[in-house]
Formats: sequence, structure tokens, C-alpha cells
Amino acid sequence: MARIYLDHASSMPIDSRVFEFAKPYLMSSHGNPSSLHSVGLEARRAMEEARGKIAEFIHAENENTIIFTGGATEANNLAVKGAALRNITQGKAVVASAIEHMSVLNPMKELQKNGFSFTLIPVDSTGILNLKQLEASITKNTVLTSVMYANNEIGTIEPIREISNIVHEKGLYLHVDAVAAAGRIPIDVQKDGIDLLTLSSNDLYGPSGAGALYVKPGVKLQAVLLGGGQERGLRSGTENVFAIVGMGEAARIASQEMSQESNRLIPIRDKLIKEILSIEQSFLTGHPTQRLPHHASFRFSSIEGESILLNMDMYDIQVSTGSACSSKTLEPSHVLLAIGLKHEEAHGSMVLTLGRSTAMGDVEPVKKATYETVQRLRKLSPLSQEWRK
Amino acid sequence: MANVGYSKKVMEHFMNPRNVGVIENPDGYGKVGNPVCGDVMEIFIKVKDDIITDIKFRTFGCGSAIATSSMVTELAKGKHVDEAMRITRGDVASELEGLPPQKMHCSNLAADALHEAIKDYRNKKQQK
Repeated sequence: MARIYLDHASSMPIDSRVFEFAKPYLMSSHGNPSSLHSVGLEARRAMEEARGKIAEFIHAENENTIIFTGGATEANNLAVKGAALRNITQGKAVVASAIEHMSVLNPMKELQKNGFSFTLIPVDSTGILNLKQLEASITKNTVLTSVMYANNEIGTIEPIREISNIVHEKGLYLHVDAVAAAGRIPIDVQKDGIDLLTLSSNDLYGPSGAGALYVKPGVKLQAVLLGGGQERGLRSGTENVFAIVGMGEAARIASQEMSQESNRLIPIRDKLIKEILSIEQSFLTGHPTQRLPHHASFRFSSIEGESILLNMDMYDIQVSTGSACSSKTLEPSHVLLAIGLKHEEAHGSMVLTLGRSTAMGDVEPVKKATYETVQRLRKLSPLSQEWRK
Repeated sequence: MANVGYSKKVMEHFMNPRNVGVIENPDGYGKVGNPVCGDVMEIFIKVKDDIITDIKFRTFGCGSAIATSSMVTELAKGKHVDEAMRITRGDVASELEGLPPQKMHCSNLAADALHEAIKDYRNKKQQK
């Protein structure tokens, strides 16, 4: 049986067109963009072209708004710490949704240790931010609020424009982590009212090792990594030209193909959801309609997610889980707890993220494998007897 | 090279666990863990002349929780209860050709469930 890879939120293959486009920058055009000779300038030119493509992809004011980083975690750290520390005279409060990525939450916790107030805003059972509570939590001291465009674990898309209006009534900046959303749904940083936006290259079918932070003109930020002053001094270190050039091309391709690809994936996603929910005691996690086109996430009672992942892998189907046993901390996913699941419920999650390799013909084998996996693990589980009675 | 993922033996026991199920009217029953923590194991034993003649388990948990449960039943079957009482988490892990460090508490649970079942058997025997 052919492999069915349904873990695109964790890692994506690089698009072959992207690879061909960027390949010279590993080899013949290997220059350092800071070098003034012709080989350096060639690299610099390609990097600036990539900057322009990414600016266009998110409808930014101009290409100078794009700061390249080594990845999305770095971009999130730069946004959170960079904005909070640079604007400390305006206030010492930061706010985030309860379902942010750890690369937003952990820098905020660090700020909290250093005297900032840090407020988490809850979400409802579908993952949508509680806007009333957001409004009540933002004061004139709130220098940064961070809310993701869409969540990677439950696929829920947040009402970013409404959030932006609320944040800007009293607060200073809105940071949006768009790693999961970019390339799946259109993003317009100007219309959406976003001050800082994080992107990841690999999540656009670009090479790993590059990310970008959009910084709206006029937004004040300080560097987190200090050194030779690359990227307007905001991210020192020699740029990963191959990954950056690839990211630019990946963004250009995504701009062109995104709507067509999303329209192709939505019926596959919906069929998967319908088929898998026909399993007894299975539930959708996240929002039923405000959901990323490539995202289907579930939980099953009485079984555990790491076992699901391993069992599905035996069918050569790769999935993800928010189970505690699969994490480094042995804590269940904070996202699943934030949508109100009990610990024992959060343990039994399975996340499917579709991609360009996914076809309608995959639904049947995935459904069959899921059925058999759930059935086998429930037969082993002492908990499944409880609701069967 | 550092251990990456589970050993073949763990995966083999995970995919084909031995002694799965329930024993009606067991001579000993042990249950450990908590659904909140993500691991629940129960072990049923049949004992004759202090020898474990039959053993079954059911487990809710991760791959290593299932594999260690399966392994502990294999190790205990046919043994004298005193000997089975001495089976440790280390024994279970080494029989499985090792476990990732963060998974060591799961194998602890499998041995604990066995020990609980034996204690239950001894209590019942004393009451007779």
C-alpha cells in the first residue's frame, strides 16, 4: 500500500519547482549577501526578490516590512520579546490567546518573570477567542497582543479583523502567528489590521530553515539576536540564502495556486470528517465551519493518541496527536485543554493535515485504517467497557 | 547512536500483544494508573498452588504502556507468585530491549499492576 502522509502541519516536502529555483544558491551562486563583490550581490539580489514575493503574498505595504529569520519560532520570539522590550515605556502588559504556539507563550512567560503582566484569553469549545474577555483584558499598558490566524492542532480560524479592532482600541500592537493559515487562506495584513505577522517557509512547501516576520511600517521592535546587523539590525547572522530564496518562490506559487488547491482539498477534508465521525464515540475537535481547508482533527474516547499514531503508521499513514505521551513534557496539548476537554479526553486525539499529495482516493484507506485502529485499541482498553454498558 | 523511537520488540508487542482480555472470577486482580494521566492498566490472574497459571490484561495508554503490559504478562505466566513479585520495571524494560527515558514510568505501572494482582490474591487466600 502506498504511503499516505497526513501530517503536513508538522513537516512538508519542498516543492520541486521551489527546489529547482533555489538550488543555485547552494552551489554556483553561494555568495554572502553582505559581500559587495558580484557573487555576494547575486545572492543579495535573489534575497531581495524573495522579500518582494513574500510582501506581495501577504499584501504588505512594501518589501522592507519583511524580516527574514531562521524559522517561525525565531520570528515569534522576535515579535514578542522585541516588541515588549522596545516599547517598555508604553506599558508592561502582554496578552495572548490560550491556544498560541509555545514559541509565543514561552517568551511571554519569560517576560512575566521579568515584571510584565501576562494575560491568557480563553477560547470557546470550538477554539474561537472570547472577544468580550479580550476587550476587558486590554488596557493602555498592553504593548503586545498575540493571536494566531488559525490553530495548527484544531484548525480553527480566528476572527482576526474583529480582534484587530478590539486590540487597537486601547492596546499598542497585534501580533499574528500565521504559520498554519498562510498558504491555505488569503491573508492581507493591511486590511486585517496586523502589526506583526509570522510566516514559516516549510509550511509553504519551502525549505526548512527560513521564516519571516512582517513588521508594519512604524512598528518599533528591538533585536533578540545581536551581531553583525543583518536584516536592518533586527536579525543578525548570515542569511540562509537558499532557504530564503526558496521561501520567496514558495510564497509566489502559493499566491497563485492557493485558492484552487483549497477548493480541491475542502471536499476531501469534509469526506474524511464525515467518514471518521461515523465511528462510535468519535468527535470533531475545533470549529465545524471556520476551519482550515486542509485540517481534520478528532478525538476518540477510551484510547490514547500515541497508540493511534503508532497503529496508523503500521498502515503507512502518518498522523499527529496532542496526546501527553507523544510530547516532551508528558502534558496533554494545552490547546485541547483550552477548548474544555478533560485530560482523559485530550489524550485520545488524532490530527490529519492534508497537502498537495492528498487525493480523494485516500479517504477510503484512511477511514478503514482508522476504524481498525480504534477498534483494536478499544478492545485493549479497560475504559471502553464503561460507555458500552 | 542514541535510542530513536521504540525498539522492534516494543513495536512487536504493541502490535501483537499477548494475553489480552479479562478472566472471569480471577484469583487476583490489580488495577493501576488514572485516565487523567493517560495510563490505566488492569491485570487478572488465575493461580494454582501459588503458580500463576493464567494471566490477562487490558490497558489504556501509549505504545509502551501496551507493550510493557503484554511483556509483564509473559514474564509472570507460569511463575511462582513470590518470583513474579520480584519482577521489576527494569526487567520489563530490558526484556523489551529498552524504552525511551521519558517512558520508564509506564513500564513501572505494568509491574505495579502485576504486584497489585498478586497482593489481591494473597489477601483473598488469607481470608479463606
